[in-house]
Amino acid sequence: MTVPETETANNNGGSMVRINNKKRFKKLREALAFAKYLVPSFLGVSLFFFGPMVQIAVNSFQKSPTNPEFVGLRNYENVLSNAAFLQAGENTLMFSLFAVPLAVVLSLILALLLNSKMPGKSVFRSMLLNPMMVPVASIVLIWQVLFSFTGSINTYLGYFGIDKIDWMKSDLSRIVIILLFLWKTLGYNMVLFLAALNNVPPELIDTSKIDGAGSTRRFFSISLVYLYPTIFFVGIMSLISSFKIFREVYLLTGDYPYSSLYMLQHFMNNKFRQLDYQALCSSAIVMALVMILIVGILFLAEFKLGKEVEE
Amino acid sequence: MRGDKKQAIKPDLDFFSALSSLPSPEADKPEEKNLADELLTVAVPEESVAEKNDTVPFVPATEEVFAGTDEETTIFEELNESAEKKHKFGRFAAMNRNRITNRIVIGIFFVIVLITAILALLPIVLTILNSFMSSAEIRNHYSAIYESLSGYTGDKSRFVANPELRFIPDMVSVDQYATLLFKTPNYLLKFWNSVFLVVPIVVGQMAVGSLAAFAFARYRKKWFEIIFFSYIILMLMPHQVTLVPNLFIADSLGILDSWWAIILPGIFSTFSVFLLSKYMRQIPTSYIEAAKLDGAGEWHIFWSICLPMCKSALYAMSILLFIDYWNMVEQPLLMLKNTDLYPMSVFLSQINQKELGVAFAASTIFMIPPLLMFFNGEEYLIEGISRSGIK
Repeated sequence: MTVPETETANNNGGSMVRINNKKRFKKLREALAFAKYLVPSFLGVSLFFFGPMVQIAVNSFQKSPTNPEFVGLRNYENVLSNAAFLQAGENTLMFSLFAVPLAVVLSLILALLLNSKMPGKSVFRSMLLNPMMVPVASIVLIWQVLFSFTGSINTYLGYFGIDKIDWMKSDLSRIVIILLFLWKTLGYNMVLFLAALNNVPPELIDTSKIDGAGSTRRFFSISLVYLYPTIFFVGIMSLISSFKIFREVYLLTGDYPYSSLYMLQHFMNNKFRQLDYQALCSSAIVMALVMILIVGILFLAEFKLGKEVEE
Repeated sequence: MRGDKKQAIKPDLDFFSALSSLPSPEADKPEEKNLADELLTVAVPEESVAEKNDTVPFVPATEEVFAGTDEETTIFEELNESAEKKHKFGRFAAMNRNRITNRIVIGIFFVIVLITAILALLPIVLTILNSFMSSAEIRNHYSAIYESLSGYTGDKSRFVANPELRFIPDMVSVDQYATLLFKTPNYLLKFWNSVFLVVPIVVGQMAVGSLAAFAFARYRKKWFEIIFFSYIILMLMPHQVTLVPNLFIADSLGILDSWWAIILPGIFSTFSVFLLSKYMRQIPTSYIEAAKLDGAGEWHIFWSICLPMCKSALYAMSILLFIDYWNMVEQPLLMLKNTDLYPMSVFLSQINQKELGVAFAASTIFMIPPLLMFFNGEEYLIEGISRSGIK
């Protein structure tokens, strides 16, 4: 039965109920046919993520796992007034705040450079994508050689008469970590941007060239408009990987890093070791809420920009 | 793509008709052969030769069609670019000037990209080269570095005080590898731990994820969209959030402190669902409609249309998953108390501090599997990543 037929039947009104039932039954069968494919994933996700998440949300309002007395927001108050949590949250956010825009802008610049009439384009692309495939643990050694107090960077700086800098045990450690992050993510982002640049309709650029627009103007008023969705996508992907920076920090500095490198994951690991489940639950919920807020703002921004572009 | 932009300028109707009959935007692979030809005469001839050898999986048919007209169109473009200057300098002066500045600018771009690329490869190359030094050489050269790191105790007087980077070994030796592979089986054991953890996760997540992605791509009604949206939210959640529920469920299932506590949540992670379904939605509906007319069931559509058409996405996805889990640090630290079960990713940092003499070889061995995957399927990977970013 095709759709227009049912519609006319509905308009006639006579056999409406029966046809509606039939329609509903057919819809249900169709949904079930596809639900089959979803079942394994959905069961697993519910069991390992959604279900326990609800449990955690409930836990976060209780006194302790063994004593389910309702304590209101006390656990949240404890966590939000915990100096370690605040420090870790600030470090993590500060890192993302600097690292993500840098990762987006630098990789866009790289993609634009590579997209000019550059010889050896695809060789460069592989070279720059390569770091993505190298496990952090394998590279950490080199970072230590470069940036430890008695490391090579300080040796080279010494030749210019610059005093040794304690990279890993000062606020400069953030820069070291950002460098490591950029080293890893630039290639992947760049490939995404290269693909998006290829998707800018060439006719538009030609028209603007004929109209006498310079290359800067062309970029900002044409290419950038087409790049918005990709910039958003790259931003989200970089944000996800920026929250994994704990790996690099842990591998570089172990359980107890310099205070500006103390990340949220360090906090979670410590709380788990101390068996402080209430703190674990409430901080996870706090982080989830913050995450939803950030992503919501990003989605909203993308939606608004997208609308502007369409107009 | 630059090549096509140029040709489109030529006021020849055939060009526009040819352009509109392009197979699909995806066919425009980054292929700039004719431009490279032009650039062969520029400042940097050695590298441009590399570009010539460099063939991308499918060369769009348009490339050959247009190749012949390259010369005129180039001039045409430059005329347009210099449109604003033309009236000042006269036609030819402007052309030459523009061409020269263009080439200088590209030369500068080239140098910038070259330096970035070298910096990107430097740590990898350095690790591999250093893995061929003898343990003694490594210790002499680098131990000073570990003085300043926590917990290093050893004789400090004998070591180089201000180490520079060292590329060429004094004497090439497989000393480190011999120690790793034959004398201390512990390291190899950790390597296999990594393999046994990561392979089930990748295989499992690809199977579960591609089924779910298919459902989301083919059927887009209310409830499915709601579930899909919640999957995206879950995908965006950092480990700091998702590991807590995993921990609790692992605890109540009694699988804490075993590999299952890492493998099972890994299999059901939703990262692949999102990207694969994004990819499957790009499959032209005409293919699916045609199959349906032939009486194909959904399973047939999934198995013989969706999966083969998503080959590059599937490959790219497995590589991304593999490297992500090969790198894992958070999960083992939280889920496993028994350090014998730790994968190599966590263990390497301990090797670095305690056994500097073999650390570079251990690092090199650890990066071999992902690098092999990369070189094996780089084209698929690039295609897969590229298409994931386009709406």
